[in-house]
Amino acid sequence: MDGGVGYVDMDALKATELRLGLPGSDPPEKPPPTTTTTARPTKRSLDEDRAARREPSEGGRATSTRATKAQVVGWPPIRSYRKNSFQAMKAAAEAAGLYVKVSMDGAPYLRKIDLEVYKGYKELREALEDMFKCFEGCKGSEYAITYEDKDGDLMLVGDVPWEMFTSSCKKLRIIRGAEAIRGLGSSQ
Amino acid sequence: MTYFPEEVVEHIVDFLGSHGDRNAVSTVCKAWYQVDRLSRRSVFVGNCYAIRPERVVTRFPEMKSLTVKGKPHFADFNLVPYDWGGFAQPWIEAAARGCPGLEELRLKRMVVTDDDLELLARSFPNFKSLVLVSCEGFSTDGLAAIATYCRGLRELDLQENEVEDHGRQWLSCFPDSCTSLVSLNFACLKGEVNASALERLVARCPNLKGLKLNHSISVESLNKILARAPHLVDLGTGSFTIDNRSETYHRLINAFFKCKSLRSLSGFWDASPFCLQAVYPICTNLTVLNLSYAPAIQSADLTKLIGLCFKLQKLWVLDCIGDKGLVVVASTCKELQELRVFPSDIYGTGITAVTEEGLVAISSGCPNLNSLLYFCYQMTNSALTTVAKNCPHFTRFRLCILEPEKPDPVTNQPLDEGFGAIVRSCKNLRRLSVSGLLTDQVFLYIGMYAEHLEMLSIAFAGDSDKGMVYVLNGCKNLRKLEIRDCPFGDAALLKDVAKYETMRSLWMSSCDVTLGGCKALAAKMPRLNVEIINENDGTSESKENLSDLQKVEKMYFYRTVAGPRNDAPDFVWTL
Repeated sequence: MDGGVGYVDMDALKATELRLGLPGSDPPEKPPPTTTTTARPTKRSLDEDRAARREPSEGGRATSTRATKAQVVGWPPIRSYRKNSFQAMKAAAEAAGLYVKVSMDGAPYLRKIDLEVYKGYKELREALEDMFKCFEGCKGSEYAITYEDKDGDLMLVGDVPWEMFTSSCKKLRIIRGAEAIRGLGSSQ
Repeated sequence: MTYFPEEVVEHIVDFLGSHGDRNAVSTVCKAWYQVDRLSRRSVFVGNCYAIRPERVVTRFPEMKSLTVKGKPHFADFNLVPYDWGGFAQPWIEAAARGCPGLEELRLKRMVVTDDDLELLARSFPNFKSLVLVSCEGFSTDGLAAIATYCRGLRELDLQENEVEDHGRQWLSCFPDSCTSLVSLNFACLKGEVNASALERLVARCPNLKGLKLNHSISVESLNKILARAPHLVDLGTGSFTIDNRSETYHRLINAFFKCKSLRSLSGFWDASPFCLQAVYPICTNLTVLNLSYAPAIQSADLTKLIGLCFKLQKLWVLDCIGDKGLVVVASTCKELQELRVFPSDIYGTGITAVTEEGLVAISSGCPNLNSLLYFCYQMTNSALTTVAKNCPHFTRFRLCILEPEKPDPVTNQPLDEGFGAIVRSCKNLRRLSVSGLLTDQVFLYIGMYAEHLEMLSIAFAGDSDKGMVYVLNGCKNLRKLEIRDCPFGDAALLKDVAKYETMRSLWMSSCDVTLGGCKALAAKMPRLNVEIINENDGTSESKENLSDLQKVEKMYFYRTVAGPRNDAPDFVWTL
């Protein structure tokens, strides 16, 4: 899981998600809270719930409460307008945008950028410089921008047409120092 | 027995701002009742079913401003079925007949149709202001009618409504002669809006102070709008996506730089961290900042922005700001009065980011804090006690620990003592929401100390009927009580039924109240409408088959002089 606690990384999130399905099956789409169709839905009677929640064992209570929570209508108390907006935002973000992770040697955390925002390599380079300039070090050291493609190979950024690059780039890595100089050929 | 002539009484009464005070005046004697009713300009109806619209209109013929609220508060959380009620139509019709001088209408949680809006637009020649909050049932066609027929409209404020999109033309319906707009908020509209019509509208309204855009307005358009209206005080940016270092971005910074009057900012829906820098020029003037719809912005960027906002009084953020971010808020925003921290991870997979530490930091840095809504992962008694000591001025305190019935993680104790400290210290507390593990004890404290409490929300709390009875016995000023998933039953419900006529309403869902108990209540209190909401089936056969011992899933009752309502759907059973 990458570092930030802001925008949720859906891949990492899915990996840690508590699910009710079999491993390997697709996660059920989390439904928006719906009104109950029976007097008490699948959750246990209130008394049982309360007894379970007061169990001293932390782990037991946590899982039972969380499982129950997934079925509790109208909880947490957030206006449906807000909930719907967030769902719409998540859907839009997943549909649009090519978010890839960017790592830089020596930087304490990674960043994420949306490749669709840039028109070409020049803007991308400028954006990355801007993003990581605080980690540049005292001398503007040599660096090379590389990416991992669909096959998992580490490639130098800039060799292929932009569109081909954006469609095959899975993550970016900025290599610094000696390694970079060794690797740099005639391009750049 | 009047010592003053009516004109003098009227003059004195005019100074009374609050509805409560004017209501009190009207009960003194017949003469004062008359003075009040003929001079009352602003009428507030907290529950649309408490009184018939015709009666309001007849009693206050000179009414200029009318506020009406419909559905119970828990409707916000999907606990009230869609067509429960709360229709605006009878109100607009009655006002159209009896109060043609109406200038202002504010509706909250009501069902408003396009026909209603058209009737409104055509019936009141002096109409100036329409505010709809959390309403539904209308489309952009209704807005087109408002734009077309309301000459001299000053305010159209749509807050968090569900509006059907029937196209972008509505904005073009504002005639060229419309130059009177002061405030326009269409942030909640999901569809496209005619941007060039908007730009022209803004250009011809020199008094425009508030403008809240929806997501469809591009930054290029925003640039043009800001250039035309640098005197804006309140801006909702809509979405805020800009290309890195493009010319648009530079123009945007310049535009914001010229907006010297800007005091309130919201929107930022698709904002990436980089875009926030564009507003740095005006941060030091901001008193209101709403970043609660910007999940893409992480804590570091949030705090860089907020760190410049020294004059902030009201801040709404997402919990991705983190405890550390709240420390920055606490050290920067010394004048903070209202803070709302919303969860960014709504379906609770456990990545919530604020705890009691953030709240304690805020309380020690911001002693003027009087209004709080805080969604957090955990809370401790010790933290709440500290917060109570640091901030005795709370009037609204709503704490939501995301996991129901979660105890103090340090001591494993219920949070009774913590909330007890809050109610003891905050003598002016009017609204309270409690959460976490709570026993009857917390309600004893609330009953004992929360003298001015008007609204209380309880969920997954308490051990027995005693809890509810403590509250009903103690809180003399209680108006609204809403309870869900608590072990309160008929004994508590029926203990002191006379109390309910001093309250606006009571909601109980997933509690231990039975049908028999509700029937008994309805029988004793003819001036309460006791509604059972049963979504399974509302057929009369099923109603007959229900045993009195059966627990009621949802009960909502309210005092009324209007009798049972005639617009209740099948699944609502008024006893």
